[in-house]
Amino acid sequence: METLWFILVALMLTAYVVLDGFDLGTGIINLFVAKNHDERRLVLRAIGPVWDGNEVWLLAAGGALFFAFPLLYASSFSGFYLPLMMVLWLLMLRGVGVELRSHVSDPLWWSFFDFVFSVSSLLLAIFFGAAIGNVVRGVPLNSDGYFFEALWTNFRVGTNPGILDWYTVLTGVLAMVTLTVHGAHYIALKTEEDLNTRARRVARLSWFALILLTVLSLIATLYVRPQVTDNFRLRPWGWIIPLVVMASLVAMPIFLRKGRDLGAFLSSTTYIVGMLGGAAFAMYPYLLPATTNPSYSLTIYNAKTGAYSLSVGLIWWVLGIALAVAYFTFLYRSFKGKVVLDDRGGY
Amino acid sequence: MDSALVIHRLHFAFTITYHYLFPQLTMGLAPLIVIFKSLALWKGDERYNKAAGFWAKIFAINFLFGVITGIPMEFQFGTNWARFSHYSGGVIATALAMEGVFAFFLESSFLGLFLFGEKRFGQRVHWLSAFMVFAGAWISGFFIIVTDAWMQHPVGFELAADGTAHLNSFWSLLFNEWALWQYLHNMGGAVITGSFAMAATGAYYVLSRKQEEYGRLFLRAGVIVAAIASVLQLFPTGDRQGKLVTDYQPVTLAAMEGLFQTESGAAIVLVGQPDIANQKLDNPIYVPKALSFLTHRRWEAEVKGLNEFPRDQWPDNIPLLYYSYHIMVGLGTIFILVMTTALVLLWRRKLFNARWMLWIVMLSFPFPYIANTAGWITAEVGRQPWLVYGLMKTQEGFSSNVSAGNGLFTLLGFMGMYTVLSILFIILIWREIGHGPDFLSNKDSHGDVDLARAP
Repeated sequence: METLWFILVALMLTAYVVLDGFDLGTGIINLFVAKNHDERRLVLRAIGPVWDGNEVWLLAAGGALFFAFPLLYASSFSGFYLPLMMVLWLLMLRGVGVELRSHVSDPLWWSFFDFVFSVSSLLLAIFFGAAIGNVVRGVPLNSDGYFFEALWTNFRVGTNPGILDWYTVLTGVLAMVTLTVHGAHYIALKTEEDLNTRARRVARLSWFALILLTVLSLIATLYVRPQVTDNFRLRPWGWIIPLVVMASLVAMPIFLRKGRDLGAFLSSTTYIVGMLGGAAFAMYPYLLPATTNPSYSLTIYNAKTGAYSLSVGLIWWVLGIALAVAYFTFLYRSFKGKVVLDDRGGY
Repeated sequence: MDSALVIHRLHFAFTITYHYLFPQLTMGLAPLIVIFKSLALWKGDERYNKAAGFWAKIFAINFLFGVITGIPMEFQFGTNWARFSHYSGGVIATALAMEGVFAFFLESSFLGLFLFGEKRFGQRVHWLSAFMVFAGAWISGFFIIVTDAWMQHPVGFELAADGTAHLNSFWSLLFNEWALWQYLHNMGGAVITGSFAMAATGAYYVLSRKQEEYGRLFLRAGVIVAAIASVLQLFPTGDRQGKLVTDYQPVTLAAMEGLFQTESGAAIVLVGQPDIANQKLDNPIYVPKALSFLTHRRWEAEVKGLNEFPRDQWPDNIPLLYYSYHIMVGLGTIFILVMTTALVLLWRRKLFNARWMLWIVMLSFPFPYIANTAGWITAEVGRQPWLVYGLMKTQEGFSSNVSAGNGLFTLLGFMGMYTVLSILFIILIWREIGHGPDFLSNKDSHGDVDLARAP
């Protein structure tokens, strides 16, 4: 049962990264892909009806994590206190940047909110990447299951690391580049002409960085946490995950060259699913490894909630997520196609 | 007292108080917008669609602020109240996680359709999306109330071997007696905020002779709903809530009422200042025997005073509790007076010319916010010193691994952030009210929010 909930929570977090990931990526590329007022309106329209729903996956995943593994929620949220609070402030700024720009007709107002939107998206991508890096690397847990991590210590990976060290900075940059590519694919998919061309160019160029960083981060992960290979030895079917990641990397530029934006977007989606799925596969059954003493680590066994809750939860979770998937299908179908600025019922 | 404890309490109190300024209007306006959309479909009158379109714009801004100030709330259980989360997660996380999957997805996906989709998908889908947003907002409120009700009156759980609380009855948690009345009382409060805002906006348009047709429409809808909601707020929902406090939190009742000594035929105090050191009320104005009747339905019934309880069980801030409770009840009484008077004038077709009454209605809009806030302070300060009533003290629940210095750092950060948000909110709402519903027709007769606001 706890294994099932581990998978469900991981799925929800992955859904968040895939969905809100392209909103964040859109924010990252907004300033240099959209050159004028009309183009920036188009970019905002591409994510306008969906970004809030996408962000809800973070809340829902957080809720599910709290539900299934209360000790993990309590320990990690208080231990990552400072960066989480900054993430909250950035999420606020991102929301304000997307929604408030169009309320006032003034170029200075527009520039301000464009800037807020882009910078907050960029920093969020880096923070989220660094967060994954922290979880993979481990944190200085005490025997009672709690810790408090400073923003940085000496930037080294050791028994007393900070939120930022060379490894988590690397994963942060990898996340930023991943979401840049992902967002560029999305904007290419949703727009025409100049915007489409520029978005494709951004995706093509960032792809080289993505390849390089993927390889670097894999090597770094093997160095920082060699145990990640254990599960691949135990369950050899897991090797399918790196193959999927490689295939998706190869597919991206091929689709782009053929002008198949949807294919490219699905490839970056597959890449994200593969990378996060691989991380979850390698971590299992650990939720939060300890750098201090391996026995202090939080696992799905010592952090889980009561058996009754987990079984009842399965019923309402399946029902709720089925509804959510139905809403999202309806929403995305309603707003499918390219965004245009005409006032004849397009959006 | 531990200074980290003080900071963490302030942190949550500040962010939740600020946050709840927005959802109460969201939850209050949502049914009113559905009423306008329904009238438009039923009567085929375009004015109702424009009225709905105007309020949708206010709603959208308000909703955004509710969302972005709401995310920190879910995080703060873990960040600032880790030991509480670990202890009670086995129970309350069910409610919070259900809120995520049943309410947030619903309202956020249909909000996109509601705001962007009127022209594209026609009136029926638009009505449906308005209704779904309303449903999402009200379901969301329910799960939050379930969470708070469990902290007020824990049910449906057992203590596990490690000392944490585990759910053992899903339905007892959801249908906690406390939750049902608290929910109705809370949603009534939200409707009061929404209908007062609508009536006040209407009064402003009529008084300033701008877009008077809509002003009258808003006044009519606002006054009728506000009058009904204000009466229901006193009876039955407020009354039943009071009964529950009497039965399950008698020490809280004594502190709320400023009753230091047990009395038979206890009086209810309308105004007066509690003096904790000397255990008495200064300058009381009271109604004899009323408290006994209200709490026990008998004029001579005995009501327990604070003297019956050990000091360490007393709420730790009795004056704040006493005042917030009296402010809530006092304002609630004034709401009934104002809105039933306005309703009578409306009935006799005199309201739109009764400028004195329109002034009162226009200036009354901040008070429901104060009453709702005071009500929540009553509930939360009244529960002290407990975090989970009878089970966990507040001082045992905060994140002891997060120091007071780190807590103050982020508290100040939130204060700065919310100052900026407040300024933006006031500017934007002010502009929308200045534009009014007629502004929509210049751009787009269907009031499609995005098209109308796009420059």
